[in-house]
Amino acid sequence: MVSAKDINEQSTWQELTPGAEIYEPATSKMVNTGEWRVLTPFFNSNKCRQCLLCVPFCPDMSIPVADGKRGKTDLMHCKGCGICAKVCKFGAITMKLEAK
Amino acid sequence: MAVKDRMSGNEAVAYAMKQINPDVMGAFPITPSTEIPQYFSKYIADGEVDTDFVAVESEHSAMSTCIGAAAAGARAITATSSAGLAFMWELLYVAASARLPITMAVVNRALTGPININNDHSDSMGCRDTGWIQIYAETNQEVYDNYIQAMPISEYLRLPIMICQDGFITSHAVENIELLDDADVKGFVGEYEPESYLLKKDATLAVGPYGVSPYYMEIKKAQAEAMKSAKARIVEVGEAYGRLSGRSYGMIEEYMMDDAEVAAVVIGSSAGTGKSAVDDLREQGVKAGLVKVRVFRPFPREELIKALSGTKAVAVMDKCEGFSACGGPLFAETRSALYDAAERPLMVNYVYGLGGRDVTIDTFDEIFAELMDMAKTGETGETYRHIGVRDSEDEER
Repeated sequence: MVSAKDINEQSTWQELTPGAEIYEPATSKMVNTGEWRVLTPFFNSNKCRQCLLCVPFCPDMSIPVADGKRGKTDLMHCKGCGICAKVCKFGAITMKLEAK
Repeated sequence: MAVKDRMSGNEAVAYAMKQINPDVMGAFPITPSTEIPQYFSKYIADGEVDTDFVAVESEHSAMSTCIGAAAAGARAITATSSAGLAFMWELLYVAASARLPITMAVVNRALTGPININNDHSDSMGCRDTGWIQIYAETNQEVYDNYIQAMPISEYLRLPIMICQDGFITSHAVENIELLDDADVKGFVGEYEPESYLLKKDATLAVGPYGVSPYYMEIKKAQAEAMKSAKARIVEVGEAYGRLSGRSYGMIEEYMMDDAEVAAVVIGSSAGTGKSAVDDLREQGVKAGLVKVRVFRPFPREELIKALSGTKAVAVMDKCEGFSACGGPLFAETRSALYDAAERPLMVNYVYGLGGRDVTIDTFDEIFAELMDMAKTGETGETYRHIGVRDSEDEER
């Protein structure tokens, strides 16, 4: 069976799977879906109380948690929706344009 | 041992479904296909099959049910007509592009506008470009035979398939029919064993992903190649069915075409009427013939070139108005196919039988008379014609 890592934008029609089926889980990890983000969440760890409310609200599972603490936002998958900033009670997340 | 019986076309399809005993049926009633799920529900209620019948609230959901079931690994079927088929539209493309081999019994009926429950082919012709295989029947026997061939074709190719018959004309008329043994049908159709499916133990599978621009066209090309390869399989299954039943099938059926000078090209039940007209003309010494298009998708291009190349004048008959202002879909595609022929006959289009308008031997006599005139004069005149319609400019009125 064809593996997702072997399919890319140079693949021919013969190299794709029937019906574009995907035979393994979590292949979105390989895809940069954050490239069309306009605003970026800036995280201030000093204001954060680690309530972790932002984590379940993130629709893209882009806020990793380790040892009961949230880490840096996964900007490869964050689409900049701003929900995390909206639900944060402590003003620890601010949506801003990234410096070019 | 095959048994002789008498059945309506709808009953014949439901009977074939019973003999196959598929896994899931998602269906919503609509005239004239309603009897198919109705008869089949009785088989379920009587314990003659163990199919899961999903009673849905619309045809959109009926096709969605089939897509879900097929993706899960089930053999899924449905039946519909007219507006019901139109309501399935967006899902028809989903089923085809996800390469799910769903079998749909289509009982052809006019599309609404004005509302009409009678036969023409506008419903299935409207969805001719959705990526489904389409096979049409002339008689009750043929729709039964075609249904039994559907799954060996569709599941092998991973393309969904429509088994079409003419609403009321064959769906409700009772004809003599020869039915195969249950065991023969089961042996011929076999079990559905997809390589990958959602309910497969330990399988990790995603069906129907987003196809962004860098991939969409490759996916469509693969689908187009699958349709190109379909013809060989359809012919192979049609021949194998002939060895089982004594009735072989191909892409088209040629009737008295060997030395034909004038010919009609037709789909569905009207072929029977046309053959009677051909018989009468042959007795009068006219070299008339008829080509019945059994498979419309994939289109029988080479077969039509071969059948029609030697003729002088051809009438292509569309039971569907395409509003192209220059002819119906069967005409457009038949004429396009013949463009590659070394010897092209003169060719005209007759749109006929819309919304259940009668088609009789007289209709064919009129068409063949005009073809003979064309063959003699070498002039086609207007190529886009309607027949059986009242017209103030008609001289005989």
